[in-house]
Amino acid sequence: MAYYSAVNLNRENKVDKINPNLSLEFRGQVVIATLTDEKILDEDQLQGLEGSFLPLIEQTPQIQLIIDFSNVKFLTSSVLGLLIRVSKKVYETDGTLRLCSIGPKILDVFRITRLDKIFEIMTSVDDAMIGLKK
Amino acid sequence: MTEAKHILHKSWQLKSTEAEVKKVSSEVLKTLEDNEFEEDMIFAVHLSLEEAFINAIKHGNHGDPHKKILAECLITPEKFDISITDEGFGFDPNGVPDPRCNGNLYRSCGRGVLLIQSYMDVVEYNSRGNCIHMIRYRDREKAPISEKKCS
Repeated sequence: MAYYSAVNLNRENKVDKINPNLSLEFRGQVVIATLTDEKILDEDQLQGLEGSFLPLIEQTPQIQLIIDFSNVKFLTSSVLGLLIRVSKKVYETDGTLRLCSIGPKILDVFRITRLDKIFEIMTSVDDAMIGLKK
Repeated sequence: MTEAKHILHKSWQLKSTEAEVKKVSSEVLKTLEDNEFEEDMIFAVHLSLEEAFINAIKHGNHGDPHKKILAECLITPEKFDISITDEGFGFDPNGVPDPRCNGNLYRSCGRGVLLIQSYMDVVEYNSRGNCIHMIRYRDREKAPISEKKCS
């Protein structure tokens, strides 16, 4: 499900809701992807997110991508797998990936699996913007 | 334990689909919420249920919706206790690579078993490896030491 290709992305600080589970905001050269669902656990949701993220990364060389978890209250290990695949794709294209606004319960999931050691996790979108090319 | 102390004691025979197992998760979680179990425990049960059901559907029954999943759940004021059985050949939980090791950190799967072990007080499998039994105590300090983290 490649929702991304079906939308006209506006790169002037506009927000595009590119699939029911994800919205994109462009701040200069930084892409802020906000996960809109409170719970991410269905296969359809995962496929939708993967179908949005991977083309976005492929079509944006050296992407500076921030994934905002502020709405997310629950996720499963399948989402962690998706994040690994997204991160590999970002690094393949010399991009940067940061995660932000992860609530304490979800952060525990990252800590238990030690994924907090391989992802850059920031407290807010503004913190995640620091040091990125605007 | 007397019957009067049971908040929920129920068995389900389910088709191997997300929609079917979601009904069980919803009923279990609503029971915990209605009985004022703490948020942390509800999160732990929710995550462990999702991971165990995903494993049963994908790895146990290989996504075949005609295969069955059996679930038997007991909730008392003190604990959540569930057994989930699929029709698969089973697996060796001790043979699952530790996803926290450096070489495995970038693997995109294999974290479900670790999460269940972290959020539950008792995790055990039958000898075939197609049935998981999990317990989470309301007061984790009261988890019997002999039962903790066995597998």
